[in-house]
Amino acid sequence: MAAPSPRRPAAIPNLELVKQLSEAVAVSGDEGAVRRLVVAAITPYVDSVTVDALGSVLAVRHGRGRGRRERVMIAAHMDEIGFMVTGIDGEGALRFETVGGVDDRQWIGKPVWVGPDRVPGVISAAPMHLLNAERRQTVVRLANLRIDIGASSEKQARSWIKIGQRGTFASTLTLLGRGRRPVSLRGKALDDRLGVATLIELLQGERFACDLCAAFTVQEEIGLRGAKVAAYAFDPKAAFALDCTPAADLPPAADEGENTRYNSRLGQGPAVYVADGHTVGDRRLLSYLEATAEANGIIVQRRQPGGGGTDAGAIHRSRAGIPSLSLSVPGRYLHGPNAIARVADWRASVDLIRAALARWPGLLALRAR
Amino acid sequence: MKSLIQKLTEAYAPAGHEDVVRDLVRAEIRSLVDSVSVDALGNLIAVRKGQGRGGRRVALAAHMDEIGLIVSHIDSRGFARVTNVGGVRPLYAAGGRVRFTNGAIGVIGVEMRRERPDHIPALSDLFVDFGVSRAADVPVRVGDVGAFMGAYAELPGGRIAAKSLDDRIGVVVLIETLRRLKRSPHEIAFVFTVQEELGLRGAGPAAFAVEPEVVLAVDVTATGDTPNSVRMAVALGGGAAIKAKDTGMLVDPRLRDLLIQRAKEARLPYQIEVLEGGRTDAAEMQLARGGAIAGCVSIPCRNVHSPVEVVDLGDVEAAIGLLVATLSKPMDSLVIGD
Repeated sequence: MAAPSPRRPAAIPNLELVKQLSEAVAVSGDEGAVRRLVVAAITPYVDSVTVDALGSVLAVRHGRGRGRRERVMIAAHMDEIGFMVTGIDGEGALRFETVGGVDDRQWIGKPVWVGPDRVPGVISAAPMHLLNAERRQTVVRLANLRIDIGASSEKQARSWIKIGQRGTFASTLTLLGRGRRPVSLRGKALDDRLGVATLIELLQGERFACDLCAAFTVQEEIGLRGAKVAAYAFDPKAAFALDCTPAADLPPAADEGENTRYNSRLGQGPAVYVADGHTVGDRRLLSYLEATAEANGIIVQRRQPGGGGTDAGAIHRSRAGIPSLSLSVPGRYLHGPNAIARVADWRASVDLIRAALARWPGLLALRAR
Repeated sequence: MKSLIQKLTEAYAPAGHEDVVRDLVRAEIRSLVDSVSVDALGNLIAVRKGQGRGGRRVALAAHMDEIGLIVSHIDSRGFARVTNVGGVRPLYAAGGRVRFTNGAIGVIGVEMRRERPDHIPALSDLFVDFGVSRAADVPVRVGDVGAFMGAYAELPGGRIAAKSLDDRIGVVVLIETLRRLKRSPHEIAFVFTVQEELGLRGAGPAAFAVEPEVVLAVDVTATGDTPNSVRMAVALGGGAAIKAKDTGMLVDPRLRDLLIQRAKEARLPYQIEVLEGGRTDAAEMQLARGGAIAGCVSIPCRNVHSPVEVVDLGDVEAAIGLLVATLSKPMDSLVIGD
């Protein structure tokens, strides 16, 4: 692979929408806040848009010309990790369970938003004045954490919050860098609101050589559930999942030797998947994306093969099989309150998928290298 | 049949890279079937029409893929770090050789730490050594896939040792069944699947396309006949194993009983299999669309997922005989609905 070219900060289209997408609370199973933003943003541009039985937004934008065009599905998931309120204690504090994959240690002391109205709260944490040496060494278990929404009684808390409501970390989207063009984005739910923003841009832009079947999916974080039925409904010829993937690329401590398990790296372009825990990426699509990147001077990296998964894991097994590939923006500290992603990596992913669809030659014209 | 076993086990087909085996199988069966196709995931589906009336739509499945390794990192001194493709046992991998898609061959070394010389390695302790000293000279890149090497050998007592008998022996059984089956009332789809080792990923889509009423997977199963092995009433040389249950499926008892009946009629050795850790393609195919009557004929195999898997040719012959006997006759006891 070519050495990374100098990274020019890029402008961000739809910046206000990206901010709204990141800050919306749309925990798996309750994606309404993002769904409303998506439907409003794409409706003027698409040839059809529906919300399916599970809540995914399925939109089609026809390709150029009159002949028969292949249907290519692009999926990005609307949902994010978070929690569900499971009980309200006598003092008005909320008990909760995690939704999706969150390290229990992430919660303590963090501000959160609860419910569709984003009721503010904070996850309980004992002050260090009161912690003896032993307790400071102990990981606090989820069962011992509470959400404090500042209510003065159980009754008051019940008037603000209903059991079963979902919530997540309270973080605003912040642009990092000096001058007009930010270098990085910091915020919650970049996984996968960056993918959602990309898919919106694709629908708003030029028509492609294929029909674009856009699936803004639900419940990805709890088992790729929305994508499964979305793929069945679209019955496409091929599919791409646009997602975010962790970057554990900070240098290791001096005594740890070479970092061999970084998954992906910031600043190296979008990450294409050879294989993850759910999918062997279709080799024709992989070759096509890598060749398209090369032809357009876009740097890409191969995500380290291993675990994890994207909507492609459900899509490729749908019906009689659908060739699928994932393309992710690398992000540090994903599934926490403040992920960091490079603007240039994200914009390169938009350029790459756009270039790939603009000249889509048909699945059977593709060859694995 | 031995030469076919040798040819297929020596072929390279880690999960997701089944091209070589697919081409070999297609060449063997093309003249024996009415249609051959390759689906979107790479499954090879060959259909032979039934003769006469009263036949069912039957799918036989064997998987073409094998376990392997995939490169996750090239370090600065020219060692490749790897992760698993399917159920790799680091103990079997260490000290072995691995061949990659481009033909490059490496040997598998283990991090030797002075503080724990006898520890059982984890996959992250392994590295592939290509005999080079610099990252720039490494002949593979991140994402490249490799398969273990393990030469074919004939052992005394009519047994075969090779890599990837899981499930090339099933592929051989399907091909031989196709060759020996003279007349059948059933329309039979011979399905050679991909990506079984990664979680039965090819079989479901294949069954969606084929829409079988009756499904039979042919795969290897473990044995309980080696020193200090798991407790399991399956032995090498004990005949074809008719599955009753595994981790992914309860076999339809009507199909199990039909297989037992046909084995008895043909005087073929058989044993009943209950596998407590493992699944086959039949589990996915049972649940495709509106469901199918599903079962499995297994070939007992020692050292599964090692470069020295061992099967008994008598068991293989029994499995072929059982499938031919079963497919030659009606399956009137298998009724969907009532």
